[in-house]
Amino acid sequence: MDMQVSKSGASPVLRVEGLSKQFEMHHLRRTLYAFEDLNFELGEGEFILLKGENGAGKSTLLRTLYRSYRPRAGHAFYHTKEGVIDLAAAADVDIAVLRRREIGFVTQFLNARPRVAAEEVVAEPLRLAGTPHAEALVEARRWLAAFGVKKQLWPAYPSTFSGGEQQKVNLARALILPQRLLLLDEPTASLDHTARKALVDRLTELKASGVAMIGVFHHPEDVAGLIDREIHLKAIKIEDEADNVVQ
Amino acid sequence: MAALFNTVPRHEPRLMLAEPMLSMRGISKSFGEVKAVIDVDVTVYPGEVLGIVGESGSGKSTLLRMMNLEDTPEAGSYHLSLPDQEERNLFTLDRFERRMLRARHIGIVYQNPHLGLLMGHTSSGNVAERLLIAGNRNFADLRSRARESLQASEFPLERIDARPRELSGGMQQRVQLAKAIALEPAVLLLDEPTTGLDVSVQALVLDTLKRLQQERAITMVLVSHDLGVIRTMADRVMVMRRGRVVEQGLADQIFQDPQHEYTQQLVHAKL
Repeated sequence: MDMQVSKSGASPVLRVEGLSKQFEMHHLRRTLYAFEDLNFELGEGEFILLKGENGAGKSTLLRTLYRSYRPRAGHAFYHTKEGVIDLAAAADVDIAVLRRREIGFVTQFLNARPRVAAEEVVAEPLRLAGTPHAEALVEARRWLAAFGVKKQLWPAYPSTFSGGEQQKVNLARALILPQRLLLLDEPTASLDHTARKALVDRLTELKASGVAMIGVFHHPEDVAGLIDREIHLKAIKIEDEADNVVQ
Repeated sequence: MAALFNTVPRHEPRLMLAEPMLSMRGISKSFGEVKAVIDVDVTVYPGEVLGIVGESGSGKSTLLRMMNLEDTPEAGSYHLSLPDQEERNLFTLDRFERRMLRARHIGIVYQNPHLGLLMGHTSSGNVAERLLIAGNRNFADLRSRARESLQASEFPLERIDARPRELSGGMQQRVQLAKAIALEPAVLLLDEPTTGLDVSVQALVLDTLKRLQQERAITMVLVSHDLGVIRTMADRVMVMRRGRVVEQGLADQIFQDPQHEYTQQLVHAKL
């Protein structure tokens, strides 16, 4: 794939070169190819929309950049204050540092611990970044309110909430800290109007402040005003796949 | 290891500026003919939780016992980042030095409370004993610090004078935890800390551990065969099999994109 260069001349945040991902499924004795040789750039304050059919590797790309998945080959050069770090190859502890500090992953799925109050779940990233507890809670409540989570739910456990309410808690948590790079995995799926508006408002604000974003959206029209470029992913067709089919 | 998996090899840390809190290099340990641990390296950074998973006989508990200086390997070195110990391979310490170092700088919670507690002493006495070994001789101070530590472990203070043998399994683990954290150890070692507890009690003990870990940024090494426990607690995970580390990575990566055949079996068996 040819390099997609950022047009705006914004200073680069991420430069992906030849990035490839496959899954070795040992028990099936086969390899699942997700994407091959991806190349693109993402600048400060830029927003890339990932497009492609189910199974084209959109979410896989986001998880590979976040390093929940390990790439097979290639680079993802991420520009930090300390210099350029290749996300494809960085040490695990360095990835952990970046996740705490500047790279966020926003998904529709709640990944909070059970038996922790919604407001604490949202406040946690701030607390871990050093904000005093009381202050973090005030901020957390502000975001829960913005996303339309009812006040009586704030001290309750999100694991008992409906899917939509859980997602709001998750979004408030993911967006409470200003990041430098946001990976968005269908964050608007199943959101009601209030929450969707709060999300788009927050993303708009973050983009204006220079946060780079790349994401998959079920309804791209939600974020139409934010999109700078699109990248189309295609599912890889493997020619010798017939060999793997049980006859 | 990297070549085997067909993934991009990982670099040495660059952004993590802190020195490792715990570092072991080239650890090998045999029991007679059986090689329990084979050439294992471990690095844990300050405030990190390292999970070690593997089936029985994988060597994970042997490794933890060596971290607690209960056992010495045939080969390998061990360093903790302590003010006056940094240059020293801790395996060269004599018995007395080991005992002092353990009392002051290493906390441990065993699966079996009999290993960690005096079952006939009071709960507060068990915690105070740890402080006493480390040199605290003031009775009032001992009592109040033991109380503080038990409270932090969410032990019900009205039962502070109960003996561990009169307590439930979950409460016994809380006493062990209070004893382990009483002196703010450099590293807290946890050997199957919730195995054998009722599921509901297990969840509460894990909540306490997680809260303490976050509030105090305690460096932890957690050994468990229970992937749920590891998933709840660990930042990074090491997978052991037959004495060797077959894979290591960020906890979410180990669970979402396991590379080694054995790790895939483990993760799929759980889900």
